[in-house]
Amino acid sequence: MSTTESTNGALLSLRGISKRFGPVQALTDVSFDIPAGKVSALIGDNGAGKSSLIKTIAGLWQPDGGEMLWEGKPIPHSGPRETESMGIKTIYQDLALCENLDIVQNMFLGHEKLRSYQLDEDTMEVRARQTLSELSVTSVRSIRQPVASLSGGQRQSVAVAKALISDAKLVIMDEPTAALGVAQTRMVLDLIKTLSGRGVAVLLISHNLNDVFEVADLITVLYLGHLAVSGPATDFNRQNAVEYMTTGNATKSAGAASPTSKETDA
Amino acid sequence: MSNPPSEIEPDEGSESALTDAELKAAAPEVLANTLGEYLEAWWRRIKGGESGALPVLAALIAIGIFFEVENSAFLSDGNLVALFGESALFIVIGAAETFVLLLSEIDLSLGYGVGVSGFVIAELIAPPVNLPWWAGIVGGVIVMGMFGALQGTLITRLGLPSFIVTLGGQLGLLGIMLELANIDSSAVGGVIQVNPSSPIYKLSSTSMSPSAGWIVLVICVAIFAAVLLSRNRSRRARGLHTVPQGVTVLTIVGVALAGVVLMYICNGDRSHFAVIEGMPWVIPYVLIIILVYSWLLSRTRTGRYIYAVGNNREAARRAGINVKWIATFGFIMAGATAALAGVIYISQQGSVSTDIDGGTEVLYAVAAAVVGGTALFGGRGRMVNALLGGFVISVVYNGLALMNVSSAVYDMAVAVVLIAAVSLDSLVRRRATAH
Repeated sequence: MSTTESTNGALLSLRGISKRFGPVQALTDVSFDIPAGKVSALIGDNGAGKSSLIKTIAGLWQPDGGEMLWEGKPIPHSGPRETESMGIKTIYQDLALCENLDIVQNMFLGHEKLRSYQLDEDTMEVRARQTLSELSVTSVRSIRQPVASLSGGQRQSVAVAKALISDAKLVIMDEPTAALGVAQTRMVLDLIKTLSGRGVAVLLISHNLNDVFEVADLITVLYLGHLAVSGPATDFNRQNAVEYMTTGNATKSAGAASPTSKETDA
Repeated sequence: MSNPPSEIEPDEGSESALTDAELKAAAPEVLANTLGEYLEAWWRRIKGGESGALPVLAALIAIGIFFEVENSAFLSDGNLVALFGESALFIVIGAAETFVLLLSEIDLSLGYGVGVSGFVIAELIAPPVNLPWWAGIVGGVIVMGMFGALQGTLITRLGLPSFIVTLGGQLGLLGIMLELANIDSSAVGGVIQVNPSSPIYKLSSTSMSPSAGWIVLVICVAIFAAVLLSRNRSRRARGLHTVPQGVTVLTIVGVALAGVVLMYICNGDRSHFAVIEGMPWVIPYVLIIILVYSWLLSRTRTGRYIYAVGNNREAARRAGINVKWIATFGFIMAGATAALAGVIYISQQGSVSTDIDGGTEVLYAVAAAVVGGTALFGGRGRMVNALLGGFVISVVYNGLALMNVSSAVYDMAVAVVLIAAVSLDSLVRRRATAH
């Protein structure tokens, strides 16, 4: 195992991650780094293994092979709660918000502040308001309105604020713009930029190359469970990105120089 | 706007899922800064069919007028106090059912839970055992709490539908109740008498003195006002949005007024032969239960998690909430509360009897919660809803009794009320999800 070479400043390093479900090899030897404070995009066609990978990172599934290094130290294979407490927050497509609760209640769900055994609503409200304004979320009318009354983009903001309020260092966002209109998408992309501007790493899973090219610093392409390529976003253009996604490699004319496409020894 | 907006500055250019007017209707306390705005938003909410307790109150007044026209004894002090007493059982089993309804579950065993806990309590305080009255209540609460834990465990750990498990539980509790009556030699003909000197017996039949009632009322209103005002002051001090001062004052005045009316009715002499006056102890008993449960639901983590689990189990699970425990806790509370209702049942009858119809009682439990405005599908509802709903049911019960209708007509009337309430709930939901 190549644990020694991994302390190159990466927040999270994946080293030869493999995952198999019966006869199906979902992930094969996937290795790439997620640096702190940057937006990394994970792209790939349907069935490329994006979901399998984020569920593995989130601790929902244990990898069959390889290891993950968090700030240079191997992550013990435990569970989603342990992963969360390290600072990895995953925002799934369904956002996991309770519509009957208001914004503050959702942001602190599972981490409520107490004062003499009672919920300390005022402290939570102050902190929630602060976090939302740090994220430049300005469109909600009141943080005491129920989530049921929010738009899709606003809900996404609440989900991100929820991750941030529990001190996330890496926020994984699964298709955050998939169900959103133009203006709402704009709002979420701004949110991602704000997040990385605050030093939080973002792993963005998206189908939408427009979004990816707008916010991503790094791009990783998965193809049929393999890592096709991983490198700075500037190495990619629309054409070679699509080629990587659909064929697993790019023709010479489009070629992207990629630092990690060479085989690692996992 | 008269107040400086303490909230995040609204961004006019961005699109919300709701227009301002709609949002105002959905949550008037969120946007309104003045009393006028608040009332306007409230009115809009009522027109939109999203009015919480208001249609129940309106229906209550309409039913009350109808019964008063039919029989002028309906609104007499004596009848109203009797009505409060009758509603106590409905309210408390409604509160028990609310715990599980909020979780999007149902407990059909609660009716016979009242019966079984009644027997347990009666046997614990009767001669062979002779425990003090409070220990008897604790015993009943523990037995039913454990039964709730068993049902909750089966439902959450094995993933069984609560409908089926508690239907089985209903039959099981009926059997347990009959067996308790069988093995207890003092239970003659399935009836255990309770000593009339026991405080449990006296709960419904004796009252606090009128002067004590007024003093208690003044103290309660003063505490309520102090809590409300100090909470508002501390929120304002931290720059948080508060309800307009006018609304706070109106709330306090409303509560004080309701208390005065209630106390005035209770303190009138309601007997033709001797002086019977004062508030029956069962009223504060019920009010304290509702108050404590409201606190539990709105001010504690566990209460918050009950709402979260009832609305979105998966979100609750991912937030690290122990969903299975919270659901089990709901069933424990439902069972334990059925035992508190058992206390009322004993005090109303002066005895416990295997004649109790647990099947009908549990329907009243669901009806009380749902008529009051608690959703059948989880995540929406409050303990106050059970208070209102239980009251509505006893008004119907009492009014029809004064009209001398047969029990057949009575059953049909309650059925209509229940179905109407569920239809209203379903219509509100459809409207809420339509846009």
